[in-house]
Amino acid sequence: MSHKRFLAWLLPALVTLAVAGTAMAADLATLVGNLAAGGYSERDAAITALAASGEARAAPVLEALSAGELYVRTADKVVVIARGSGKQLSLVDAVTGKEAGSASEDALDRIKVNNRLRGTIDAAMGALTLMNPDPKVRRAAAQSLFTRRDASSLEPLDKAIAGEKDAAIKRAMTEARAAIVLGTDAPAARKIEAIDTVRARGDRDALGVLLAAAASANAEVKAAAATAAESVRQRLDAWQAAQNVWYGISLGSVLLLAAIGLAITFGTMGVINMAHGEMVMLGAYTTFVVQQTLRSVAPQLNELSVIVALPIAFLVSGAVGVVIERTIIRFLYGRALDTLLATWGLSLVLQQAVRTIFGPTNREVSSPSWMSGSFLVGQIEVTYGRLWIVVFALLVFAALLLVLRRTPLGLYMRAVTQNRPMASAMGIRTPRVDALTFGLGSGIAGLAGVALSQIDNVSPNLGQGYIIDSFMVVVFGGVGNLFGTLLGATALGIVNKFLEPYAGAVLGKILVLVFIILFIQRRPRGLFAQKGRSVE
Amino acid sequence: MKLGSIIRSGLVAAGLVASATTGAFAQSGETIKVGILHSLSGTMAISETTLKDVMLMLIDQQNKKGGLLGKKLEAVVVDPASNWPLFAEKARELLQKDKVAAVFGCWTSVSRKSVLPVFEELNGILFYPVQYEGQESQRNVFYTGAAPNQQAIPAVDYLMSKDGGEVKRWVLAGTDYVYPRTTNKILEAYLLQKGVAKEDIMINYTPFGHSDWQSIVADIKKFGSAGKKTAVVSTINGDANVPFYKELGNQGIKAKDIPVVAFSVGEEELAGIDTKPLVGHLAAWNYFQSVKNPANEAFIKEWQAFTKNPKRVTNDPMEAHVIGFNMWIEAVKKAGTTDPNKVIDAIVGVKVPNLTGGMSEMLPNHHITKPVLIGEIEANGQFDVVWKTPGLVPGAAWSPILEDSKNLKADWTSALNCGNYDTVAKKCIGSGK
Repeated sequence: MSHKRFLAWLLPALVTLAVAGTAMAADLATLVGNLAAGGYSERDAAITALAASGEARAAPVLEALSAGELYVRTADKVVVIARGSGKQLSLVDAVTGKEAGSASEDALDRIKVNNRLRGTIDAAMGALTLMNPDPKVRRAAAQSLFTRRDASSLEPLDKAIAGEKDAAIKRAMTEARAAIVLGTDAPAARKIEAIDTVRARGDRDALGVLLAAAASANAEVKAAAATAAESVRQRLDAWQAAQNVWYGISLGSVLLLAAIGLAITFGTMGVINMAHGEMVMLGAYTTFVVQQTLRSVAPQLNELSVIVALPIAFLVSGAVGVVIERTIIRFLYGRALDTLLATWGLSLVLQQAVRTIFGPTNREVSSPSWMSGSFLVGQIEVTYGRLWIVVFALLVFAALLLVLRRTPLGLYMRAVTQNRPMASAMGIRTPRVDALTFGLGSGIAGLAGVALSQIDNVSPNLGQGYIIDSFMVVVFGGVGNLFGTLLGATALGIVNKFLEPYAGAVLGKILVLVFIILFIQRRPRGLFAQKGRSVE
Repeated sequence: MKLGSIIRSGLVAAGLVASATTGAFAQSGETIKVGILHSLSGTMAISETTLKDVMLMLIDQQNKKGGLLGKKLEAVVVDPASNWPLFAEKARELLQKDKVAAVFGCWTSVSRKSVLPVFEELNGILFYPVQYEGQESQRNVFYTGAAPNQQAIPAVDYLMSKDGGEVKRWVLAGTDYVYPRTTNKILEAYLLQKGVAKEDIMINYTPFGHSDWQSIVADIKKFGSAGKKTAVVSTINGDANVPFYKELGNQGIKAKDIPVVAFSVGEEELAGIDTKPLVGHLAAWNYFQSVKNPANEAFIKEWQAFTKNPKRVTNDPMEAHVIGFNMWIEAVKKAGTTDPNKVIDAIVGVKVPNLTGGMSEMLPNHHITKPVLIGEIEANGQFDVVWKTPGLVPGAAWSPILEDSKNLKADWTSALNCGNYDTVAKKCIGSGK
């Protein structure tokens, strides 16, 4: 289809080239002008024509079109590239590439693109940038040709392969070429050769190409493609198990972050703290406020706003925790049911308070660039955001362990947990330790909130989603034992991720819950039982 | 106008007789009460609070225009707190205690189902503004949101077309409750009817508020690498969308490779996400804020002035309330009374302008005609309309695609007066369905 269209446009383009000379600029103007005319189908043809013209201006114009920066100036119908933010956009004439003053967005008419056109542009850009001096651009060009598989790009690919020095990029180009060949009516022998090349690539994209080829009419090609697809699939399945483990660890780290504060307030103090989730939410909202403030005060620090938010979130949630302990919870020690109801009520109050202050809709917390995107380890897609959260969860865990084991506060806390009257007799101010312990647990929940603001909604309901999971982790791991929480969170995360592909997310969650109920029947004190006030 | 109000307030301040119009209202003391039944707290507050504000604005505007039947409108706001049984209780309170003339409210299908018996028993009027799963038509309810044939089916048609990318393989992803399940059932039947093979359809459900999408997005990627063009049809609800889209962006699923078309993601939802990685993903609605139209531009201006927030966005259910409210006003004027029976009879056939440039009409099945728009997400959190139905699509209460409803017909005019008339057995099945 597009092959024919390419030829149809190639001929006039070649004629134009032959005429050459002064006519060139005028023709470019027509080609660019065509982009603005007609519906999507006409625009699609115009893009292909422009790309085939071989004009140096084609690449920047198409790039602008794809990014939604190509406009028609309403006043004189000149096609311009408009960039910049705010009311006034600075303009560049699309045909000549010269500055063309500035205009407000109202005076411009954007040339619209949809997904189909973005695909066409990608294929065209791939062919145009194959010879780019920047190796990164060349590699991206090869990749986009591989995914687009447009027969018209075979010729430029052949040229590029011949001239390419970098072995890795050359391989990427050869793979793209092979993938395209599989879609044409090339002879079977060439196709089988191409199948081998694609098979060596061995990723999901390759599998897609091979499966498409396996539907071919030629029996020989069909068999070869099917075998190749099968071998790629087997390799990918092996990788998938590894991928599930990674996803499990990642989910586990989120559970750990959410639960670790609860491991302090519930685990060591024995307070059934239903408002724990709201401490997490407060941390997330603190991140939002910090980011907004930084945006207006010091925009250059925006990338670091998440890090700046950490200590502040700890202090905010911690302070709220101390206030709650002093005003409500201290009167309720030893009355588990009453604390449950009181903290549950408190969680509703906090949610509605936040809803009143910040509004009921989600707040946007943007991710810094070092937390966006992903990279490949073998065939496992690792997203940076998740990776940093795993690292962060472990750091928080280590820091908490250090506080409990190596600081006077930790010593007091453990003493009060193990034997309150004795600790009191030794001169420890137990009420103060209680308040600080609760504050510490809440502060850590605030830290979790900063991390969760990166992966979840910042809304008044944020905390609710995590409270059940947090209790599950703490109870499963063993009340009062931090290592139990770590192990519990990781185990639940991994089990969940292995169940999810087979049982579905809903049933998977139910199965995990059933498993925990059965487990608690066998071992009422969780993985690691510990003596403490909660056991008394 | 302004001068008048200054003089008027001056008179009031001086302790003199109030001006003629306000005096008339104050003396008769009679108002027409309008009930607003939207959650202002709890999980659904995120979506429903906005609708309460829209209603307050509309009522305020109507009063400035001189009220209705010479009386002022008075809003009665209650908070059902995202609690389904409480919806029924509050609806009863509105109808029995406050004696409201009409109620505008509900968002989730469960809440609507919860109030249905109350409206039937007390003969009230409910305007329901949200896109829903269809398979329902009740005498006391007017469905101003989209039925599946006004949103889901056209969206799938678009994706199958050349402009939509000629999709051959489908992921139907949804939150696990009645709306996604019914919609996906209809969509699956429709796709099979269109010749899509069973193994080219993947159906996936997730719990409410699902936040860890890593493996599901990886699954979608895997499903999409079968050498056929793949698209995701998302009925994922509310809060779960943000982490879902974030994960899509992080795992590098671009709209030009695997487009996601969503039925529950509008301008409000996008306000909480960085939309740059999502450019090109789609949504199907009957209204977008970006539609260039004088009526829409005026509405946006009024809304932003009313909420005192120049960045406040508008969305589809808000437009549904605008249409529903105007239809009710017209019907009351036509009937000359707010009596529910007379209004229910008068409203069928009423036509009011929608905000995208057409005239929506109330149909005998209590659904309305609407245009269907497909929009692509833009970097600024708005939608760019890439496709539009040529005319208005009449809402179908019963899906002709599903076996159990293909013979059913809803018509509340005197000819049939039935919400689920079986055209084969030639009888009205009656309530309970």
